[in-house]
Amino acid sequence: MTSSWAIALLILAPLAAAALAFAFPKRGCRMALASAVIVTAALVVLARGVLAGGAQLHRVGGWGAPLGIDLRADGLAVLMLGITVLIASAVALYSRHFFSLEHDGEAPHRARYFWPLFLFLWAALNALFLSADIFNLYVTLELLGFAAVTLVALAGRREALNAAMRYLFVSLSASLFYLLGVALVYGQCATVDLTALGAKAQPGPALWVALTLMTGGLAAKAALFPLHFWLPPAHANAPAPVSALLSALVVKGSFYILLRLWFEAFPALLTPAVAQAFGALGAAAILWGSINALFQPRLKLLVAYSTVAQLGYLFLLFPLAGARDDGFLAWSGGLIFLGAHACAKTAMFLTAGNILHAAGHDRIRDLDGITHVLPISAFAFGLAGLSLVGLPPSGGFAGKWLLLSACLAQGQWWWVIVMLFGSLLAAAYVMRVLNHAFTHVPDPATPNPIPPVMEWTALVLAVLAVGLGLVAAWPVEVLRLGAPAILGGAGP
Amino acid sequence: MNIHELVLLGILFSSFLTGVVIFFLNEESHRLRTWLNLLGAGLKLILVAALLWGVRQGQDYSLTFDFLPGVRFALGADANSVLFVALSSFLWFWTTLYAVGYLEDSPHRSRFFGFFSLCVTATTGIALSANLVTFLVFYELLTVSTYPLVVHRGTPEAMRGGKIYLGYTLAGGTLLLLAVAWLHQLTGPVMFKERGVIQGLMASHRGELQILFLLFMLGIGVKAAIVPLHGWLPKAMIAPAPVSSLLHAVAVVKAGAFGIVRIVYDVYGVENAARLGVLQPLAIAAGVTIIYGSVRALFQDELKKRLAFSTVSQVSYIVLGTAILGPAATIGGLVHLVHQGLMKITLFFGAGNYAETLGIHRVSEMNGVGRRMPLTTAAFTVAALGMIGVPPLAGYISKWYLKKGAIAAGDEWVALVLATSSLLNAAYFLPILYRAWFLAPPSVWPHEHRFGRWETHWMLLAAPLVTAVLVIWAGVFAESSFSPLAWARLITSREYGP
Repeated sequence: MTSSWAIALLILAPLAAAALAFAFPKRGCRMALASAVIVTAALVVLARGVLAGGAQLHRVGGWGAPLGIDLRADGLAVLMLGITVLIASAVALYSRHFFSLEHDGEAPHRARYFWPLFLFLWAALNALFLSADIFNLYVTLELLGFAAVTLVALAGRREALNAAMRYLFVSLSASLFYLLGVALVYGQCATVDLTALGAKAQPGPALWVALTLMTGGLAAKAALFPLHFWLPPAHANAPAPVSALLSALVVKGSFYILLRLWFEAFPALLTPAVAQAFGALGAAAILWGSINALFQPRLKLLVAYSTVAQLGYLFLLFPLAGARDDGFLAWSGGLIFLGAHACAKTAMFLTAGNILHAAGHDRIRDLDGITHVLPISAFAFGLAGLSLVGLPPSGGFAGKWLLLSACLAQGQWWWVIVMLFGSLLAAAYVMRVLNHAFTHVPDPATPNPIPPVMEWTALVLAVLAVGLGLVAAWPVEVLRLGAPAILGGAGP
Repeated sequence: MNIHELVLLGILFSSFLTGVVIFFLNEESHRLRTWLNLLGAGLKLILVAALLWGVRQGQDYSLTFDFLPGVRFALGADANSVLFVALSSFLWFWTTLYAVGYLEDSPHRSRFFGFFSLCVTATTGIALSANLVTFLVFYELLTVSTYPLVVHRGTPEAMRGGKIYLGYTLAGGTLLLLAVAWLHQLTGPVMFKERGVIQGLMASHRGELQILFLLFMLGIGVKAAIVPLHGWLPKAMIAPAPVSSLLHAVAVVKAGAFGIVRIVYDVYGVENAARLGVLQPLAIAAGVTIIYGSVRALFQDELKKRLAFSTVSQVSYIVLGTAILGPAATIGGLVHLVHQGLMKITLFFGAGNYAETLGIHRVSEMNGVGRRMPLTTAAFTVAALGMIGVPPLAGYISKWYLKKGAIAAGDEWVALVLATSSLLNAAYFLPILYRAWFLAPPSVWPHEHRFGRWETHWMLLAAPLVTAVLVIWAGVFAESSFSPLAWARLITSREYGP
């Protein structure tokens, strides 16, 4: 019963906060922090429920599955919700100062609309993670996309608007593909419930078409290579806290749906060929994203391309976790990697925002003096980079280690080569930036002052990304609860 | 948490916490930073002394927790760890003192000493690792924490040196990661153990074990600067003198050599490795490195470069001792781990003193330097003679055991390599000593700096004198029960069993 309430609160709290923030523009940050407190409390209650009794179900309005809406929380959902509340809180703390630093004509306008949109996005994400059927997932996905596109447009500059238009186009058409797929599935199986589908769905031409449509749409939204083209401009041109939300959370929403689809609703269709295809695209993303990151002139673009690359690692989960023996190893590896990336990437984008503010630009080659006067930001960037490269003991390392172990156990050595090479490339692009922190400058420039909170939020997240590796055993245990049956040996 | 676990954690955290606090210190709080540094180093020394006593008594130190399912983070202290941890914490103390004196008035000292402390944390972590995963964690931490020290000066040249350093070590680290994950897959979670942990795989996975050994040696050989993986070491010479001392004698190169010792003795087991036929190639690589390093050293005019190539050569003595089957060679290799550290750090302290006090960077500028700086030059001389292998200094003991081991194993060519190397050592060290003592000093030094009473700053002087005395002690009192040799014998007796 209490879990039921907790599930409802997880969605309602940010939603109510969004409405209130819209009504009382000056109170935006307070609403966000209050919602963070409520969501955290609800999540703790829910997590206890899941730990004690496995997956928790909430029937909205008391109606059951075929008619009403089911919300469901298992270990995976709890983990995603946890990552979200962490990132959202950090972004809230950061944004309060971020938007007050800008002084052009549009600035108050931006601050006014940021908070309701951000809180709305948060509510949509939480709803997405808790959805138990593929139609509900569609609704939340659409809401999420709407909030995300508007947030990108918030920056107001011409490039940002262009990027937002492109993002909108991709997002809308991707949702349409997904919706088409949902309709086909419903026509075939007469249900949209994930669990029911898992029991019912048998491979057939219609289902293959449906699943191809849905996967195509989601892959575009998750910026899987070669559908990643919209991501770098959108993430690089949005205001820094928005970039952080997009890279850390929003793309992962679509990835999450892909996991639910292939591992829970249609495990029978996850043939080795499909799994290897996912892996191949992931591998291509790793290489393409990393190499592009190496040549970007601007810091935020570099970080955005790094997201393309890091998302590639997540898709290696398909061939490795889908291989049916030691699948859980790779499954947990991929998801720990996801958590570490969320923390590290947020830290990086927030740092990039600091640098952009302090220096007035983010051209990498001219960053020499700036990191000397922002040592904490430089440190945060370095630590986050540690996790992206996958150096121990970071969360990135823990994730890579588990994926690597799965590769070796299953003899899929070709992914090993990609992963290790990707690590070296990541080291190269991280060092491109970090080197400027050490270059000797006779007389460093005097930068615009940055409130300490903005530096420290980034540092705390970076430390978390690194520290995650030391406590990774705990999220693995959480993930075990209600893990999909096809991951051999995971069982509830 | 019992007292043994506390000692292990204390050894790590005495430098880790010091480092973290120092990062946040104001650049100007010079006094506080120095006290913190010395406090951390002193505390670590005391804890290591306690550990040494405990391990000698046969007590069991270990601390483990699972950080991933089936992957254990494990610290422990066996005789091997103690050898390395004692060396590094002792030399760290003196290097810290030296660095405080050396870096007076230079910028970014908080950053420097912060990373300096992290670097030593990583080194002691490597020493205390009780399994491969933990070793890997600290090995990579060492790479990362050393980089800012190498590029500390921030000049284009330093940045280039740092880039090369990082390129080599990260590539090596990646291979090591692969090797560790692969072996973990084969053996499951295992701890380092005397005589190895792979007995069960010898029959079934022979080829795989050979490939793995190659991967391990490539991964770790980068840090140990085995030819042709040594390219970064002379380039990293651009770092400030205390860093070079640390790199060559205590941390990076030594961690590589120690890693090879670990892999051969406590993962493979030296007898298993011999049966796999992987020791002979390793011995040959070490032999080539020894000769190559010495020959290159001969042609360097820049003093620190000459010392760097000398390190390339000398560290492979340890590898060579490890790669020859038999107790005498093992003793020789292990004892050289300590002896090389003492001698090389003295040499680098000396080179730093010349540069800092007189502005001398090249061998050709060293005429008569012994008259201007007699104490530094005396220490330098002791260490150089030790390197050549003049009895009764430390280097003599190492070489004697190595030679004995090689002959016992029937590898006469090794004795030849050692003799040639000694000749080459003499050829590149004796001219320096001759210049320093017997040629007339120039009327003006390139860039002289006066430090009051002594020939140089007292902190710069104390460190090399102490280490030089130890070079003598390790040789003269080798047969006492408180010598590196005695400890190397203890390890060897455990490794080969009764």
